[in-house]
Amino acid sequence: MTGDADLAVIGAGPAGMRAAVTADALGLKAVLLDEAEAPGGQVYRALPPALGPANGQGEEEPDQQRGDGLRAQLAASGAEVRLGRRVWSVLKEAGPGEETRFRIDALGPAGPETLRARALLAATGASERTQPFPGWTLPGVTGLAAATILLKSQRVLPGRRTVVAGAGPLLLLVAAKILKAGGSVPAVIDLAGRRDWLASLPAMAGRPDLLVRGLAWQAALRRAGVPLLYRHGVLQALGGESLERVAVGPLDAEGRPLKGAPARSFEADALAIGHGLTPAIEISRLLGAQHVFERAKGGWVAKTDADGRASLPGLYVAGDGAGIRGAAAAEIQGALAALAAGRDLGALTEAEQSRRAGPLRRAHRRAARFGGAMARLMAARPAGLEAVPAETVVCRCEDVTRAEIETALGQGAADINQLKHFTRCGMGPCQGRMCGEAVAELLALRLGGRAAVGLWTARTPIRPMPLDLVLGDFDYADIPIPPPAPI
Amino acid sequence: MGLKGLRFDDRPCADEIEITLDGQPLACRPGESVATALLAAGLRHLRDSPRAKAPRGAFCMMGVCQECAIRIDGRIQQSCLVPVRPGLRVELTPGP
Repeated sequence: MTGDADLAVIGAGPAGMRAAVTADALGLKAVLLDEAEAPGGQVYRALPPALGPANGQGEEEPDQQRGDGLRAQLAASGAEVRLGRRVWSVLKEAGPGEETRFRIDALGPAGPETLRARALLAATGASERTQPFPGWTLPGVTGLAAATILLKSQRVLPGRRTVVAGAGPLLLLVAAKILKAGGSVPAVIDLAGRRDWLASLPAMAGRPDLLVRGLAWQAALRRAGVPLLYRHGVLQALGGESLERVAVGPLDAEGRPLKGAPARSFEADALAIGHGLTPAIEISRLLGAQHVFERAKGGWVAKTDADGRASLPGLYVAGDGAGIRGAAAAEIQGALAALAAGRDLGALTEAEQSRRAGPLRRAHRRAARFGGAMARLMAARPAGLEAVPAETVVCRCEDVTRAEIETALGQGAADINQLKHFTRCGMGPCQGRMCGEAVAELLALRLGGRAAVGLWTARTPIRPMPLDLVLGDFDYADIPIPPPAPI
Repeated sequence: MGLKGLRFDDRPCADEIEITLDGQPLACRPGESVATALLAAGLRHLRDSPRAKAPRGAFCMMGVCQECAIRIDGRIQQSCLVPVRPGLRVELTPGP
């Protein structure tokens, strides 16, 4: 065996943890990297020990308990877990002999480090999509996922009065947790209509445990008298130095504000808002794998086979990063991808792989049915973007407004990268992660579809990096200067 | 608007961690990120955007948006990813 690892796994969420445990059990040397201080990812996020039950603090959520189980398996396995690692570069290089291998560069607690691996699994999860609206840059406005982090792992309320808005099952979870912790929720604003929820019921019946949790949250909101406004959206966040008021109004089925409908407003010091999830595909993009746009999966995803093999040999993708299907499906995908990698690396026979993968594939179909229904509830409704006012900031990092984007389109920007060159939209430190989906949909309205819009060019570093740390002791004097050419 | 009392449990605790915020001591809880500690202290406006100079605060809390990047121990860091530890120096002014 060559290199530092047989299988490098990037992202220690449900898919990555399960993959590392599975690969280790196959006798592969698995190395798992994550940016966070503890494994878990978002849904299985651990309570910091000081804030956990062991210290007489709050109880854990079912997701956290599920995460604890997986964390215990990971700790008991031989898989090497490297935390606090910010992966900033991934490339394929020639290994000894004919084979190629992956080189992964990360910034860790002790500085830059390099890992080489025969196979690579990207289990990088998703990022939250928030459709821009006037005032969404005000302090006090946060993502919906941000509110779950504050509530579940930091034991802090987002505000005294928090309006909860957007789409998907997180709405109810966040609102119910705020109430339980003693906060107040002036309103829950749901992009989906009652009918959208009813349509997802058959798929939800496959996970009665989650269905029951959802109904309990809803009952808690009703008891507290929290208005639940279906098919509504936030029209504006108002305030001076931070949020003071949230204006909301009814939408049509595609997410457009209804003209002439009365707007309501709620006094609030916090607004938690999120419009669904989109797969994080930086790694497969950087490596040049093929991708395809699938709105039902949350956006662009790497093309894979049923076990997560990407178009590039040795590269695997699992979890929400391969398409939004939720934590339960992600875990199974992690196991399937590890088995496929094990097969491809010669650690198990094809017969053994299919014997073990069979039940997993069936379990995945069941889990993905539920996850897919949730993904549909929070699928993008790009028509709502038509109503974004001209002066509204779309790219938060560079303060690029809708008007500037439209001007650039009028001047001939023909895809998302040209738009970036024209306006700096997507060029800031978030590297287009916050605005990318909204910008692409705005362009798609004019250019005729997401395929025409294209994707930001993938570049290193895939995360912002302090240059001095990458350079280390390197100095100008270390640059080899060739002797000048004879005149 | 009073923002104090955002912690689920705001009673004084024995193992408080003291960091400094613009030179002034700030008591935090172990396990909190710097961004959480600032929120619990009632501070939401963390920086101004470089172009429009508009007020900004923590948005994603998971290391993606970069809105909470402030000077911590002399280096611009995402405050949602940095756990509090004794003596940590956080500076909001002057801006980065």
